Amino acid sequence: MLTKVTPRSDLLMFVLFTLAILAMPLWLAPIGAGYPDLLQKFAIFGLFALGFNILFGLTGYLSFGHAVFLGVGSYAAVWSFKLLGMNPLPALLFSVVFSALFALAIGFISLRRSGIYFSILTLAFAQMSYNLAYSVLTPITNGETGLRVLQSDPRLLDGSGSDTGPLISRLFGIEMTGYSGFYFCAVLLIVGFYISQRIFRSPFGMMLRAVKSNQNRMSYTGLNTRPYTLAAFVISGVFAGVAGGLLAVTDPLAGAERMQWTASGEVVLMTILGGAGTLLGPILGAGLIKYFENIFSAYNEQTLHAIFSFLPDVIEAPVVSIAGLFVGEGWHLTLGLLFMVVVIFLPGGIMEGLNRISKIFSRSKPKPKFTSSSQSAAAAE
Amino acid sequence: MEILNVSNVNKRFGGLKALDEVNLSVEQGHVHAIIGPNGAGKSTLLNCFVGRLIPDSGSVTFLGKDLIGAKPHEINQIGVSRVFQTPEIFGDLTLLDNIMIPTLAKRDGAFSLNAWARVDGLGEIRDKALHMLEDVGLAEKKGMIADSLSRGDKRRLELAMCLVQDPKLLLLDEPTAGMSRADTNNTIDLLKRIGERGITKIVIEHDMHVVFSLASKISVLAQGTVIAEGKPEDIKGDPRVQEAYLGGAHV
Repeated sequence: MLTKVTPRSDLLMFVLFTLAILAMPLWLAPIGAGYPDLLQKFAIFGLFALGFNILFGLTGYLSFGHAVFLGVGSYAAVWSFKLLGMNPLPALLFSVVFSALFALAIGFISLRRSGIYFSILTLAFAQMSYNLAYSVLTPITNGETGLRVLQSDPRLLDGSGSDTGPLISRLFGIEMTGYSGFYFCAVLLIVGFYISQRIFRSPFGMMLRAVKSNQNRMSYTGLNTRPYTLAAFVISGVFAGVAGGLLAVTDPLAGAERMQWTASGEVVLMTILGGAGTLLGPILGAGLIKYFENIFSAYNEQTLHAIFSFLPDVIEAPVVSIAGLFVGEGWHLTLGLLFMVVVIFLPGGIMEGLNRISKIFSRSKPKPKFTSSSQSAAAAE
Repeated sequence: MEILNVSNVNKRFGGLKALDEVNLSVEQGHVHAIIGPNGAGKSTLLNCFVGRLIPDSGSVTFLGKDLIGAKPHEINQIGVSRVFQTPEIFGDLTLLDNIMIPTLAKRDGAFSLNAWARVDGLGEIRDKALHMLEDVGLAEKKGMIADSLSRGDKRRLELAMCLVQDPKLLLLDEPTAGMSRADTNNTIDLLKRIGERGITKIVIEHDMHVVFSLASKISVLAQGTVIAEGKPEDIKGDPRVQEAYLGGAHV
C-alpha cells in the first residue's frame, strides 16, 4: 500500500533524515561504527550513491563509470588547495565545475546509446580517464604517487609559507578532520538529500521515470528524451564530483585508483543493495557496504578465537577456519553473499524488505482509514 | 481545408516496394480511413507521418509544414498524435501519471528542467488529466499501475494520452484490433464522441464495421499504392476493392 506523498510527509521525512544523520555518532557507536573516519565515509559515499540513483534509479541508465566523476572531483579539489589555499568551499566549487564539465562531455556521447551499450561506453570513458591519470596526465595528476598539497604551493588565499604545520583543510579555522570533518560532509549529504527529494517529487523527476518506462511513447508524446537524460547524467555526475571533493577535503590527496572500475562497480552495488529508485535506499546501501568493509575486514583469527572460545576445541578450530574466510581480506565474500541474498529475495533492495516489514505491522494494527491515494505515489520510499 | 498532404511518397525495404507513389489528401475535420489487405503498406505510411520512417522520395506536409526529417517529438509538438497497434503507454507508472505527462508536454514543450516544482502542486494539469480519465471511463483506476490494465483499457488509456493534448490530427493504427465486440462498440462510441471536438483523424482498420461507422472518406491501399478513394458508399461497391481483398486472401 502506498501512502500519500504530500509536502508535509516530505518535510517530516526530511527532518527525520536530518536528525538521524546528525545523530549518527550516537546511534552508530554501539555497533562500533561511531568513529569519525567511518562516519565521514558514510556521508561521502551516501552522497555518491544518492546522486548515482538520480540517474540509475529514475531513468534506468546504468552508468558503469561513475567513479570518474569522483576522481575528477578529488583532483579538482586538491588543485584548488594547491592554488587557492586550504579552504574547502572553493575546493568544492572546483569539484562541481569540473565534474559537471566531464559529465556533460561523457554524457553527451554515451547517451547516444542505451542499455548495455551505454554501460560499456561509460565504463570505457572511466577506464580511459583512469589510465590517462596514471600516464600522460602525470603533470596534472602526479601519476602513481597521487596528487598532494605541498608547502611550496602558491595557495594564494592562505599565503604559502605562513603555515608550516601539516596541510589540513580548514573552514574558518575549523579543521576538516575528525568530527568537524564528518559534520561538514553530513551537511552536504543533507543538502544532497533535499535536492534529490525535490527532483523525485518534481515534474522533471516524473519525466525521468517516463524515460525508464517507455522512451518510444515519450517521443511520440512530444518530449525530447535526450536533454532529460543528459540533465540527469550531469546532476548525478556533480553529486559524485562533490563526494570526490569531500574525500579530498577530509584527506587532502587524490589518486587515480579512485576512478578505477571497482569504484564504479561499488556505487552500483550500493544503489541496488539499498533499493534503486528509492530516496533512502542508496544511502543505506552505501552505509552497509562501508560498514562491512571497515568492520568485517578488521576481524582476524584472534578476534574469531575470542568470539568462539566458548566452543570445545574440536569444534572451534573448524568453525574459526571457515568463519575466517568471510572476514579480514575475505570480507568481499560476505558482501557477495549478502548481495546475492538481496537480489534473489528482495529485488527492490533493503527498502523493499523494510516495506514488507512495515506492511506486516500495519496489517496487524487496526486499519487507519486509507483514502485512495490521489498522489501519483511513485515508489514506496 | 487540407490538413495533411502526401504526394508521390515512395519507400523501399530492400527489394520490396512498400509504398509506390502514394498520394493522399486529408481534409480538416474528416475521419479518413485507410484500409487494405495485410502488407498493403498502411502502417508504413503512418510511420512516414510521425517521423519513424523517412520516405525515399516524395513529400508529406502537415498544415504546410514539411514533416520529412522532423523528429517524432517535433511532429507531436505541432499537433500530430498517434495511437499504436500495440498500446505504447508508461507501463510502470500510474494512470494519472500517464495522462499528466502528455499534458505537461503540451504545456511546457519538448524539454523543461522543472525540478523545483512539485507534481502534487500542479492543480490545473491534474484536473485536466482527471477529466480526461473520466471521459474515457478510467477515472476509478487512476491510481493503478498502467501495466495491470486489460488490453482494451490500455488502448483507451493511450487514446486518452493523445486526446489530452488536443491534437489537430490524430492517427489511429487499428484502434480496435484484438477487442471484443462490446469493447469495439465502446471504442467506436468514444471515437464518435471525440469526433465532435473536431479533431481530424486518420484510421487504419481491418474491421469494416468500424470503418463504415466512423469514416467520412476512405482510401484503399493495395501493394503500396492507392487503388481507390471516395465516400464509404462508393467504396463498398467498388469492384477493384473487392478484387484487392479477395486477391489478398488467395496469397
